[in-house]
Amino acid sequence: MSYLNISNVDVVFPTQNGAFVALHEVHLEIEQGEFIAIIGHSGCGKSTVLNVVAGLLEATRGGVLLENKEVNSPGPDRAVVFQNHSLLPWLTVYENVRIAVDKVFGKSKSRVERHDWTLHNLQLVHMEHALDKRPGEISGGMKQRVGIARALAMQPKVLLMDEPFGALDALTRAHLQESVMEIQTALNNTVLMITHDVDEAVLLADRIVMMTNGPAATVGEILKVDLPRPRNRLELADDPAYNHYRAEVLRFLYERQRRPEAA
Amino acid sequence: MSKVVALATALPVEPERLESSPLVPLSGERIATPAANAERQPPPAPAYVPDPPVSRARPRAVAMARAVILPGAVFLLVLAVWMLVNAKITSDIPTPAATWARAVEIFGQPFYVAGPNDMGIGWQVLYSLGRVLAGFALAVAVGIPVGFLMGASRDVHQACYPLVQILRPVSPLAWLPIGLLVFQAKDPSAIFVIFITSIWPVIVNTAAGVQAIPQDYLNVARVLRLGKLEITRRILIPATLPHILTGMRLSLSVAWMVIVAAEMLTGGIGIGFYVWDEWNNLNVASIIVAIGIIGLVGIALESLMNLAQRHFDYNRR
Repeated sequence: MSYLNISNVDVVFPTQNGAFVALHEVHLEIEQGEFIAIIGHSGCGKSTVLNVVAGLLEATRGGVLLENKEVNSPGPDRAVVFQNHSLLPWLTVYENVRIAVDKVFGKSKSRVERHDWTLHNLQLVHMEHALDKRPGEISGGMKQRVGIARALAMQPKVLLMDEPFGALDALTRAHLQESVMEIQTALNNTVLMITHDVDEAVLLADRIVMMTNGPAATVGEILKVDLPRPRNRLELADDPAYNHYRAEVLRFLYERQRRPEAA
Repeated sequence: MSKVVALATALPVEPERLESSPLVPLSGERIATPAANAERQPPPAPAYVPDPPVSRARPRAVAMARAVILPGAVFLLVLAVWMLVNAKITSDIPTPAATWARAVEIFGQPFYVAGPNDMGIGWQVLYSLGRVLAGFALAVAVGIPVGFLMGASRDVHQACYPLVQILRPVSPLAWLPIGLLVFQAKDPSAIFVIFITSIWPVIVNTAAGVQAIPQDYLNVARVLRLGKLEITRRILIPATLPHILTGMRLSLSVAWMVIVAAEMLTGGIGIGFYVWDEWNNLNVASIIVAIGIIGLVGIALESLMNLAQRHFDYNRR
């Protein structure tokens, strides 16, 4: 049995025009320490998969097993890095991470340990210089770094990232991708990341899960990315294997799953 | 929003073009997500352009002159109309000069006490402020919890919304007989009228604030498994505080408007009663001075609330 098992998940939303089948028979098995990227056109239900794993959304049929235990509700063992950072604007950078640390380790760690752990996680994402800033005072990329620090600080079994860099400019995104790679190498987290960026998927993931278009979206293909780590974006640019993987994903997205015109 | 536009135009590749040439880098695709809109980014600071000292001093002088001259011109216009009314329509309206003389007299002895019904203008204002603050405090104390419940529960919202909509536009004076009947006394009735007319902005804004809390904050709370009390204390209250403060600001200005009308009818000591009393004595100059005072106190209350808002509202800090 795999570490994280997304088992034949259906998600059906009731709408005014009858039931809308968002996901149909989504099946995915993820090993510990694996970095999985889910890619697909917008509206295909990528985020719905992540929300089911997070427990924010209930599967209509099927379910999710983490270490052989079914998960039904949200919890810090499946920390989420939200697309738009979701920092609480009235708290400082430090407080935004500390609230998570206090909640998860309130009983198991002392006050000093929790303070140190908060700082440690902010150092991991290189944000220790802005502890007392509020989210409104830092850039979008920095906010997302703090969002990642908050998620990491929960010491999750699975780190869920919902298009974490989608709202950032290309350069900032590249920086953050490097940071995530670095951290994942150091901590060996199990990561499930939603993305619409082909380069990001090939650069970061061990396996790329390509989803078909909705309604009734499901796993179309799974591509194993066999590139040695650490990966370097510049070296990979001319790497035939890297370009082969990219082409595979692009072919899936733009030949077999052409974006519906209405989107 | 400007950031989104800037990013989109700075990107070299359009999504449509990707389909025809699939090997161009995709990294710029789909920047304008709703998340980008949700970013609460302050607009970028304008680039610093050093300019010679002369040209910097001159615009400032011009700006200051404008700030003085334009309102001054309108003020003079109002004075002219006022004098015209005095000269052509009715000489019962005193001239600006006579009014000024009366103002000097009134402000010369603001806190005199010549009997229970004859006190200086300072006392009148203070008594009115006391009633306003009592009614306002009650409105806030009741309005915030009610607004919270209405914002948090669809059932409560559905139950209370029609009542709120019906009672909100009712004129304050319509409540006065009810207050007099129930309380059988002037002061509680006046406070009741303040309460019942200034509570609506608090309720409506608090409810809107709770409803406007982004789902993301609540998702964060769910992932952290915060309890109901923790969610209220750590998410709901701080997230709605800006809305609550807006409601309170509106409420306070309504309360100050209402007090004059209420006191005109209930009597006693207060700026509203003062206006009525001077009307009965045909001291129109005093009434005009009182109008000025009412306006100034209103501005003072408004700035106080602005100060509070700046202090507590995370959007403005």
